[in-house]
Amino acid sequence: MSLKFTPQTQNARILSVGAYRPPRVVPNSEIVGRIDSTDEWIQQRTGIVSRHFASADESLIDMAEKSAHIAIARAGLTAEDIDAVIFATISYPYQAPSAATELLVRLGNTKAAAFDISAACAGFCYGVALANDLVRNKTAKNVLVMGAEKLSDFTDPDDRATAFIFADGAGSVVIGPSDEIGIGPTVWGASAETREAIVLEPSYLEYKNNPGKLDLGWPNINQQGQTVFRWAVYEIAPIALRALEAAGLTPETLDVFIPHQANDRIIESLVKSMKLPESVVVAHDIRTSGNTSSASIPLAMDALLAEKPELHGKSALLIGFGAGLVYAGQVVELPNKPKTK
Amino acid sequence: MALTVDVVLAGIKEIVVEVAGIDAGIIAMDKKFTDDLDVDSLSMVEVVVAAEEKFGVKIPDEEVTKMATVGDAVNFIVANGK
Repeated sequence: MSLKFTPQTQNARILSVGAYRPPRVVPNSEIVGRIDSTDEWIQQRTGIVSRHFASADESLIDMAEKSAHIAIARAGLTAEDIDAVIFATISYPYQAPSAATELLVRLGNTKAAAFDISAACAGFCYGVALANDLVRNKTAKNVLVMGAEKLSDFTDPDDRATAFIFADGAGSVVIGPSDEIGIGPTVWGASAETREAIVLEPSYLEYKNNPGKLDLGWPNINQQGQTVFRWAVYEIAPIALRALEAAGLTPETLDVFIPHQANDRIIESLVKSMKLPESVVVAHDIRTSGNTSSASIPLAMDALLAEKPELHGKSALLIGFGAGLVYAGQVVELPNKPKTK
Repeated sequence: MALTVDVVLAGIKEIVVEVAGIDAGIIAMDKKFTDDLDVDSLSMVEVVVAAEEKFGVKIPDEEVTKMATVGDAVNFIVANGK
């Protein structure tokens, strides 16, 4: 038997980016009381000065919807033009159906292909890799890649290792056809032997199998900070350099570096290990956004383009890394100035 | 060069000075990384990775958490180095 398939190919790029940060700004002073810490200690350890938390009645999808509307409008498109949605998140509180399909309903386009991916802080870059291949192969025309998290729902405010790190927000891009190559090759993989370094537990089944056992607690993110720091700094730098090389660039010819905003100390160490020259603009959105997992890279991208509009159309190295442990990186051309506001 | 206590202590001093930016004079076997030398848990990772490179020894994460003093680190490296 022979199946019919006519290979087609085209170039793809990021057409636009959209960001939504919940209005409630939470300074370190609001966090420190429950973890016997100080503003100075948190800033020194993580670079974080403040972060945004969604309100109790503001859902993950509320945030994602606002981000998506901005990204779609900036691409000069409408929701009907989106024919696939890839939603990267670890904080959607349902196993099924997906966050992506709830977003479709909100966007008023219920017919597009839609699915979620679970790659934690690497989720956005995994999504960009998939969207690029979908558009290049003409499986889809315009793909919305969403990174959104409401991590305040899954963070223990009494945990001295995580309470000050995680935060809420939604960032998205539209990836569509392009005359030129706008997204370089993705370098990705895992260090799954270290998968216990960041876990969200207990599982649903532990509640089912231990009815009434109150000390199970709510499922929260647990993180072995030193293990993650060591991996993030010493394993990720060479991977990021491989993604740069795969796109035909060098540290000297790169314009912008947007790593996952995990911890400012990790970002500073990556810049040092990779020997990036001072000419490279580095995203430090973590200082006022905290670690928003899958949302951190598009949020940081949006903030940089708002602050420095001259960066539109420039080259940016993206690298996501996190629970799994998993990673993905690629060089992209940042979106051009929006066609509409 | 054999990894004696003196050799390893001298190497650790160099690393801690570089990472924490403190005076080498106050670094001694009985000093605590966190309380006495301003080496927090993330700086400790930098110290450990630098020590691994310098002495060609592998220091697992579970050992790092046990290293409270400079002496703990020096003795581990001496015992486990080539």
